[in-house]
Amino acid sequence: MHLALATILGGGGGPVNDGPVAAAIKNFSNWLTEPTRYSVASILAVAGILYFRKFFAKVSVITIFFVLSTAYFVFAFQDPNFNAIITKPDNVPIVILFATVIFFTWLSLRRAVINDERTKRGEPTLEGELSKQKVFTWPDLVYSELICLVLFTAAMLVWSILITAPIEEPAATARTPNPSKAPWYFLGLQELLVYFDPWLAGVVLPSFIVVGLCAIPYLDTNPKGNGYYTFEERPFAISFFWVGFLLFWVSFVILGTFLRGPNWSFFGPFEYWDLHKLEPMVNVDLSTYFWVGLLDKPRPDNALLREAPGIVLLVGYFLVLPPLLGKTVMKKMVTDLGMIRFNVFMHLFLWFALIPVKMGLRWTVNLKYFIGMPEYFFNV
Amino acid sequence: MTKLFKYVRESQIWKSVFRHGYPDTPRNRTLAVLSNVFLHLHPVKVRRSGIRLSYTWCMGGLTFFLFLILTLTGLLLMFYYRPTADKAYEDIFALREHVPIGVMREMHRWGAHLMVISVWLHMYRVFLTGSYKPPREFNWNVGVILLVLTLLLSFTGYLLPWDQLAVWAITVGTNMARATPFLGHEGPGAALVSFGGIDFIHAGDDVRFGLLAGRFVGEGALLRFYVLHCVGFPLIAATLMAVHFWRVRKDGGISGPL
Repeated sequence: MHLALATILGGGGGPVNDGPVAAAIKNFSNWLTEPTRYSVASILAVAGILYFRKFFAKVSVITIFFVLSTAYFVFAFQDPNFNAIITKPDNVPIVILFATVIFFTWLSLRRAVINDERTKRGEPTLEGELSKQKVFTWPDLVYSELICLVLFTAAMLVWSILITAPIEEPAATARTPNPSKAPWYFLGLQELLVYFDPWLAGVVLPSFIVVGLCAIPYLDTNPKGNGYYTFEERPFAISFFWVGFLLFWVSFVILGTFLRGPNWSFFGPFEYWDLHKLEPMVNVDLSTYFWVGLLDKPRPDNALLREAPGIVLLVGYFLVLPPLLGKTVMKKMVTDLGMIRFNVFMHLFLWFALIPVKMGLRWTVNLKYFIGMPEYFFNV
Repeated sequence: MTKLFKYVRESQIWKSVFRHGYPDTPRNRTLAVLSNVFLHLHPVKVRRSGIRLSYTWCMGGLTFFLFLILTLTGLLLMFYYRPTADKAYEDIFALREHVPIGVMREMHRWGAHLMVISVWLHMYRVFLTGSYKPPREFNWNVGVILLVLTLLLSFTGYLLPWDQLAVWAITVGTNMARATPFLGHEGPGAALVSFGGIDFIHAGDDVRFGLLAGRFVGEGALLRFYVLHCVGFPLIAATLMAVHFWRVRKDGGISGPL
């Protein structure tokens, strides 16, 4: 069925003859989605939306957004390269993810803005007004559960009838497909492999995500904002979660699904997935910058001595920075949280911050590793 | 007709099942919830704010419902599937070729994708409404473990069709385990775990070997993933879900302003 749909809408490859406007839109999309620009644009978008939240919380804004993105999809669907990726049955959920995450983010922002205005005027929040009234589970809750269940089952059945679950060729351990991708929900982590070695991107950072999530209720001592949407009563917590969830998780899943092709090279949404596209690898270790670049000497043979600059830098980052910040600019935070909470938080936060720091250094000065000891599989 | 209904309602069989009248009075509505083992996961009364879709997004409920759909369709799929390297692909292929308008595999696959999304959105909502704050800290932790289990369930299920997509996605995923510090043979510090010149950690006994029951994704991995997918993880998840729902109730129902 999806194949039929793709054919109707112009799928199936072949040369693309676009008018000047269409070509300009496609070129701009390909240009903007290049990983560096994509990430910077996402950061700016998150910051901008939070800052101008009153504007973005309007119903008209989200309506216009969804109308425009639907129009864009209809336009893009006719491009064989875009079509080939977007109509893969397993990528339908990613489109659903994109739409639902944006919609619910908007919804929560809208309610937060309304609640914050109400609180300022001294009125109860949207939830506060209703929470004083109690209703019986039967029928109020049970019926809405039943309605959700029936509608949802119907939607699932329609989806299952329309789109057949794909099955590729039988498993062959000798033939590696290109690209080889992890399941889609781990593509954010696979994207981190561009910047970090597997022991960090695949083991340590995911473990810290789980530990960090578990620690949230014990680290966030702000009693406000419990049980209602708000931004102004917990600006840091909300911004932090937006950055973590929207930027480093959801947007990287989308990047990994739609924009990473053979050899994990970047491909714009309208670009053909060419197996032979090569990206030059010119990344340089910090040790090379230090010994060769700064001191104009060959790198020492001893690995520890060679990597000393990186080791000093990271030890300073993880061990000296927290007490230093605690004694100076974050003094209030230490008194609020206590020593243990502060240190746990700082370490989790510094690991988290290492990701954008390393990404930024890769984009600007082609940094490969802070510490590069391939002899011991110890590369940071 | 009314007479017939009345007769049925007053029969011994009906009364042995339902211990209350039609739930249209406060008393009977209370009893309807209290005397039913499934419904009593809910409190008798809930905050009006807590049942608004604009507040809850219904994502937790949807996740649970998807778990039920997946259990049911998964059970049916198990009848037609043999987890061996030479039969697995054949069986899945046969399901597609021989069953007209078959939807069980589709429901299972699309449902699994959706469950991952709905768990994320549920967590997102719980965070944005600050519902992890006291007294719900512990339940947030149970939720985090359930999130991990959902991903593990999906990950183990990914391998079972035994096609190229499955095998290579699991290969890419489990290759990470190679690099586990100290416990993977390509991880930092693994070389330190040796005694008298004998390495304890090598490709034949590291974490990845334990996950895959072999040095690569083969028959051992298929069986291991199958058992975990169909029995191990669902049992743990179901148990933790019971804890999760019970704690929601005990911690004061769906969160609302204090």
